[in-house]
Amino acid sequence: MRSLLRFPLKKTLLGLAVTGAVASSPVQAGEVEVLHWWTSGGEARAANVLKELMEAEGHTWKDFAVAGGGGETAMTVLKSRAMSGNPPSAAQIKGPEIQEWGDLGLLGNLDDVAKAEGWDSLLPEVVANIMRHDGHYVAVPVNVHRVNWLWANPQVLDEAGVEVPTSIDEMFEIADDLREVGVIPLAHGGQPWQDATVFETVVLAEAGSDFYRRALVELDPEALNSETMIDALTTFKRMRTLMDDGMSGRDWNIATSMVIGGQAAMQLMGDWAKGEFTAAGLTPGEDYVCVPAPGTESAFTFNIDSLAMFQASDEEAQAAQDDLARLVLEPTFQEAFNLAKGSIPARADLDMSAFDSCAQRSMADFKATSENGGLVPSMAHGMAVRASVQGAIFDVVTNFFNDPDMSPEAAAERLANAGSSLL
Amino acid sequence: MSTSLSPARAARAPAKRSALGTLSDWLPRLVLAPSIAVSLFFVYGFMIWTFVLSLTNSRMLPSYDFVGFAQYAQLMANDRWWVAASNLVVFGGLFVGICLVLGAGLAILLDQRIRQEGSLRTIYLYPMALSFIVTGVVWKWLLNPSLGLQAMVRGWGFESFTFDWLVNPDMAVYTLVIAAVWQASGFVMALFLAGLRGIDDSIIKAAQLDGASLPRIYARVVMPCLRPVVFSAVMILSHIAIKSFDLVVALTGGGPGYASDLPATFMYTHAFTRAQIGLGSASAMLMLGGVLAILIPYLYSELRSRRHG
Amino acid sequence: MDNVIRRRTPGARLARAALYAVLIVAALFYLLPLVIMLLTSIKPLDEIGAGTLLALPQHPTLAPWITAWGEACTGMRCEGVGGYFWNSFAIVIPAVAISTVVGALNGYALTKWRFRGSELVFALMLFGCFIPFQVVLLPMAQTLGWLGLSSSRAGLVLVHVVFGIAFTTLFFRNFYVAVPSELVSAAKLDGAGFFRIFWRILLPVSAPIIVVSVIWQFTQIWNDFLFGVAFSAHDTQPVTVALNNLVNTSTGVKEYNVNMAAAMIAALPTLVVYVLAGKYFVRGLTAGSVKG
Repeated sequence: MRSLLRFPLKKTLLGLAVTGAVASSPVQAGEVEVLHWWTSGGEARAANVLKELMEAEGHTWKDFAVAGGGGETAMTVLKSRAMSGNPPSAAQIKGPEIQEWGDLGLLGNLDDVAKAEGWDSLLPEVVANIMRHDGHYVAVPVNVHRVNWLWANPQVLDEAGVEVPTSIDEMFEIADDLREVGVIPLAHGGQPWQDATVFETVVLAEAGSDFYRRALVELDPEALNSETMIDALTTFKRMRTLMDDGMSGRDWNIATSMVIGGQAAMQLMGDWAKGEFTAAGLTPGEDYVCVPAPGTESAFTFNIDSLAMFQASDEEAQAAQDDLARLVLEPTFQEAFNLAKGSIPARADLDMSAFDSCAQRSMADFKATSENGGLVPSMAHGMAVRASVQGAIFDVVTNFFNDPDMSPEAAAERLANAGSSLL
Repeated sequence: MSTSLSPARAARAPAKRSALGTLSDWLPRLVLAPSIAVSLFFVYGFMIWTFVLSLTNSRMLPSYDFVGFAQYAQLMANDRWWVAASNLVVFGGLFVGICLVLGAGLAILLDQRIRQEGSLRTIYLYPMALSFIVTGVVWKWLLNPSLGLQAMVRGWGFESFTFDWLVNPDMAVYTLVIAAVWQASGFVMALFLAGLRGIDDSIIKAAQLDGASLPRIYARVVMPCLRPVVFSAVMILSHIAIKSFDLVVALTGGGPGYASDLPATFMYTHAFTRAQIGLGSASAMLMLGGVLAILIPYLYSELRSRRHG
Repeated sequence: MDNVIRRRTPGARLARAALYAVLIVAALFYLLPLVIMLLTSIKPLDEIGAGTLLALPQHPTLAPWITAWGEACTGMRCEGVGGYFWNSFAIVIPAVAISTVVGALNGYALTKWRFRGSELVFALMLFGCFIPFQVVLLPMAQTLGWLGLSSSRAGLVLVHVVFGIAFTTLFFRNFYVAVPSELVSAAKLDGAGFFRIFWRILLPVSAPIIVVSVIWQFTQIWNDFLFGVAFSAHDTQPVTVALNNLVNTSTGVKEYNVNMAAAMIAALPTLVVYVLAGKYFVRGLTAGSVKG
């Protein structure tokens, strides 16, 4: 593959070098083409801050946005661009996929800017590890999402006379009271990634972060096919009783709007859900509640967005990439972007006073869990395992969740197979 | 739209072979050459390339690390693949069948000197002009029990009306059929209508004089004349069925679970989303094999029977 | 063929009433999604969640259409889908023109200048219709890279021509099969050459099938998303990519009214083509269809 890619790549390099030489100016001004899927209004406006910062430094920003399926379409485009020897300068790639692109030898090197900016001390170790390939920085983190949140509508809970649950068992206990006042206890959308989000949260709640890591990160077959997993799967399937019939194929934000509108009481979803509440003009702590998912207070499932840099063609392009990487981590962008996105900054040293209580809690928990080992990558959001394994786990989880006849024992066995049998 | 082979035989042999004649013998081939070359390279070359990849353990991008038929073995053991393959049989069969029946039916009705035929025809035909990126959302709403048809009919007072195929793993694939029929049946109608208009009136008049009833005339006289139309329609419909992708993504996303997956979505998901290009290529090869296995006998028998008929 | 149920008896009148009823019900089925799109696109956002799908808008507004055309964000550019129209046309027009011309010549050569193996050539090309586009994505990307056409309009045009000629050849071949060969034979005897015969005899009668080919190709290429997104760069994206970015954005509030308006705007050219040329479409199919 490498040799195949090299030929067209070189050709592009040459072409760009020529244009670069003509357009050289005292402040090395280059251009960056950025492939991303920040396409919603709020995200786009936030990402625009980055574009403006780049332009202020004299660089040109070429925007290449592709929405669809949590970046799936964008990844297809990226592969196609890479095959044609014409990858963009930077692309929104995350988690283990950064390593795969690194293995292909396509990513650039950000060590210089990382050293100058002191990323080693700036970034939490867990985050920095994901951004490095073979010891070199190849990507820059944009934000940290927390996945294990529970969102609840307090008016609805009050009406039913129940408290915000602090364990999965309590979720089941309050379900009847909620049903009595005509409310769906848990809003959910029946899409594989949403099923997997609930699944990993249940595993974390029932079995703790050590087991989670062993099963869903290290793919230990003994953990995947264990009594603990079978219990977790049983509970996971029981979660269905908290949901409604219309959930199949529902987008997550429709589920969130059910919580906002009071048709449903709670939702298990990452902190991007906050954008929906904010857009509805609601205030955290008053109009809606954000708490760590029941039973997972001492853990933090992270989902980190990052921009990976492809090998630059010349000095101008390299300079533009370095500037882009630096600006991404600068407070101006970190604050603007994460306020819009609901996530927290990727660097731990920022003043959080501009953020709301949910984000502040998220940051505090992020710091605490990175000390005590409760910080785990989200399997459902492609942070823990390779895409192929993740897909195989999704198949088992979603099939088990939707198939009334499949036993948890069978599902656990298939999970163990999914983790190990792939080529 | 027919693919008849019978006429134009006479065109084959020019009377004299002058120097000009030789050139004009070769000119047609020269004109066709670029298209042939393009087909060979972009269709058959890519198929071979895909076959080669199906023998490798390519992941995110193609690599040439051969593993024999291991990807095929893995595919055979993959539950999801079998769901997708059997869904294609159900979906393809129903889709082609219903479109033909509905298309032919509407065409026959529309051929009865209808007022406003032009408007009706346009209404039946327009869905073909829209892609499912456009209409997917609406279909999702319509089929969603708590939002669409079910809610609407219940709102009219029929409380027990249930239409929840979209959320029922056993029925989800049929929702794909509904939307796909909606899109393509108007086009089939146009094909049949064109076919009906092309039939010589005198044949029907003769049958009427013989005292044949109307349905009988259609079944015995008209339909056999429309065989070439059926052939064209089947080719176009099966091409749509096999390529159905946007439809699944927009409507069900393959769900619930993966109950409404089709081979095209299976292939795409594995090759692109899950970085298993080897497995995805293997599924593509099996898919093409299946298409060949069904199409070649049909093509052969159609073309053959017409040649002798 | 069209005076079959026309006797003016009471039974026949009843039959005609039933006939119209069936046709109108069918029309409603086909129109339903379009009506919902239209209604949704002129509702303010807060009315959408509240009423049923077919509820008439309380406060109809054109604001979503204006937003969709010129203001909605499709990535960091918040310029609506309007600007992408030009990109789509710049791809569609050459691709349709080239594939139609090539298809016409192919169909002509395959029917009027048969040679050993011409049927095989046709069958080989026909099979090209059935290859799923997802399969060709990566090899195509590689090929475009080799040709130096990656992320260019020329590359996209090439892709659409390559995978369009199978269909256009099919259309023209089936049409020309029905054109009497005697004329062609006579012209050949008179010493007329390949292109001269095409220009003088075939082309003048080809209008209906050209319409069919153009409509088909225009629809296919205009609506294409996969190739459009994979083989374009930031400044050559067709309108379907912009539409996808609006409709398939998975975070943030979904402005369904804007989405629907954008969807209808993006579909307008194909709709216009169908409405205006639909008559010729059926006529073109008639001319070429059943005379085998």
